[in-house]
Amino acid sequence: MLSIRNIVKQYAGHTALNDVSLEVKSGQVFGLLGPNGAGKTSLIRIINQITAPDEGEVYFDGEKLNQSHIERIGYLPEERGLYKKMEIGEQMIYLARLKGLSRDEATKRLKLWFEKLGMQTWWKMKIEELSKGMQQKAQFVATVLHEPDLIILDEPFSGFDPVNAEIIKEEILELNKKGTTILFSTHRMESVEELCDSIALLHNSKKILDGPIRDIKNTYRNNIFLIEYTGDKLEFNGEPPFELITETEGFDYSRTIKIKLNKGNTSNDVLKYLIPKTHINMLQEVIPSMNEIFIEKVSLIP
Amino acid sequence: MNKVLLIIQREYITRVRKKSFIVMTLLVPALIAAMYAVIAYVATDQNETMHVVNVIDNSGQYKGKFQSEKYVKYNYPDGTVDQAKVNLKDDDDLVLGIPANAKDTVVLYAKKKTTLSLTDNVQRQMNDIASGISLVNAGIDTARLHQIKSNIVIKSSEMTSSGEKSTSIGATYALSFAGAILIYMSIFIYGAQVMRGVIEEKTSRIIEVIVSSVKPFQLMMGKIIGVGLVGLTQFILWIVLSAGISYFVGHSSSSSQSPIYIFMHNLGSNAGYEIGCFIFYWISGFLFYSALFAAVGSAVDSETETQQFMFPITLPLLFTYLLSVSWLFQAPDSPLAVWLSMIPLSAPVAMMVRIPYNVPGWQLGISMVLMIVGFLFTTYVASRIYRVGILMYGKKTSYKELVKWFFYKE
Repeated sequence: MLSIRNIVKQYAGHTALNDVSLEVKSGQVFGLLGPNGAGKTSLIRIINQITAPDEGEVYFDGEKLNQSHIERIGYLPEERGLYKKMEIGEQMIYLARLKGLSRDEATKRLKLWFEKLGMQTWWKMKIEELSKGMQQKAQFVATVLHEPDLIILDEPFSGFDPVNAEIIKEEILELNKKGTTILFSTHRMESVEELCDSIALLHNSKKILDGPIRDIKNTYRNNIFLIEYTGDKLEFNGEPPFELITETEGFDYSRTIKIKLNKGNTSNDVLKYLIPKTHINMLQEVIPSMNEIFIEKVSLIP
Repeated sequence: MNKVLLIIQREYITRVRKKSFIVMTLLVPALIAAMYAVIAYVATDQNETMHVVNVIDNSGQYKGKFQSEKYVKYNYPDGTVDQAKVNLKDDDDLVLGIPANAKDTVVLYAKKKTTLSLTDNVQRQMNDIASGISLVNAGIDTARLHQIKSNIVIKSSEMTSSGEKSTSIGATYALSFAGAILIYMSIFIYGAQVMRGVIEEKTSRIIEVIVSSVKPFQLMMGKIIGVGLVGLTQFILWIVLSAGISYFVGHSSSSSQSPIYIFMHNLGSNAGYEIGCFIFYWISGFLFYSALFAAVGSAVDSETETQQFMFPITLPLLFTYLLSVSWLFQAPDSPLAVWLSMIPLSAPVAMMVRIPYNVPGWQLGISMVLMIVGFLFTTYVASRIYRVGILMYGKKTSYKELVKWFFYKE
């Protein structure tokens, strides 16, 4: 869907993007992660053709990015805003027409969206009469009204209250199910694991990590397990297939140990070793969260 | 191109629908009509106060020779000046003291300040009488003199290749003044509207949504053209409404023709040419300056920050305007006037002042070409600053910064 190749973007005095390459596959939910100032917005602006890269190229569906692709992209910028004095219905139609929709088609679709999100009464209202959350809802509709193939959301959940954030999340996932590719940037990791298929991590204008979430997590697995058992405190004599990292005492004689497998051993070996000795309640692999990976990766780089 | 049309349409419709536009459109012709009504009323006012001038003639030469006119009556009471002053009944009555010796000063005594026209009247009549007496004393037949005295009224006539035609200097002056003032005012009014529109888009942050759909240049041009059309609409409505209203007012106050009609008539056959030039300089001047205004709007976060950039833009125009209405119209062919009417910064105002005085064709041609080159140039410069400026938030911008923006690649 989107192929970003060796993008370099420099502003006077500093480099915003340094040789960044990404692949976004069709139908994916792609997360663009990174701390503030990493270059996420610069990259998004390049994809939207608001600015052009100094070096490198962007391909959209195999074609070099050009003006005709504008109509196939929907963009919700981080800094939200609409014309304050314009009626919402009229404004949405105007924005959709700028994206190439006819007036009739825009009106028809807008009615559907307004009905879906409970906004029917807003048609004649002006933006300045709405609350901030309502404005953002309206802007989300403006972003998706022309049914783009690629939706780009810059920090989509900032500024939404939990209820509206949930509604918007549902809508995004539904659009994704219908085949729309979603690209969103965020620095909030919780939403990433829930929503994304793939991610790219930007830091200090460079891409430092990318790939499907599952693969990334797999590479960050380091054979650490949590085991909970009930019974007397165990002595790990003989040749245990693991190294003990920590041990904590819980309620009702239950104890939790954190272990790291020895090379060549599996979790089955651990069970085989422990079952004769005690009563096991739980065995769970400790997979680092995206948040931990994020922090680890970022803090590794000065 | 289609998108530019959409933008023009939005800019135009949202502005024309605004209350302030409707109020302004109705208010200005109403004010013009009111002004015209007042003038008409004053001109036809019959109730001017009657003045009675009591002439105390110590020289004995003037008695009975003053002619009473519409608002002035002359009496010749006996006694001295002081007695006459005491005897004054009405506040509007006066005493004219003429000394025995012609070399002494004649004094007009009044309870209130005398009007200029009254003093004039008295002075003129006294001079006539005195010179009449002198003529008679010198043995000249005054009756004969009156017969042969010429009475010349000058009527100006322009010589052109197509023959002579009559023009009214008054209408020509009025057009050159009105043209210069209107262009000067509308550049500021509508240029500032362009700037405010840009700032509004920037502060409301909608700009990023729009420029993800259209190119910044398209947005800027759409805005400039849209606002320009609003300006033209307002002008046309003003002219039509003023003409309509003053036609009716003119009728009710017994004046037979509307002043606009008289004005057009007085312009003579040049009207088309002069109005054509006005429209050209209005449009090109507006495009030239509003591109700069758009660039200023893109460089700032709020209207209060515009000062430092506005100054160098408005200064040349203000300078030309002041010079035009005070001096240039008296010397339309002076080197300064010629130069100012060539430089695009000042040409819209300066050339309008010169237009009625038959500007040589080559000068008009160069000026127009430079105007077009000028606005293409400012539009180019402005669009380069604009495309960067609209996405810059919360930074205080300096001139150095603007130059940097200009040289940014896409």
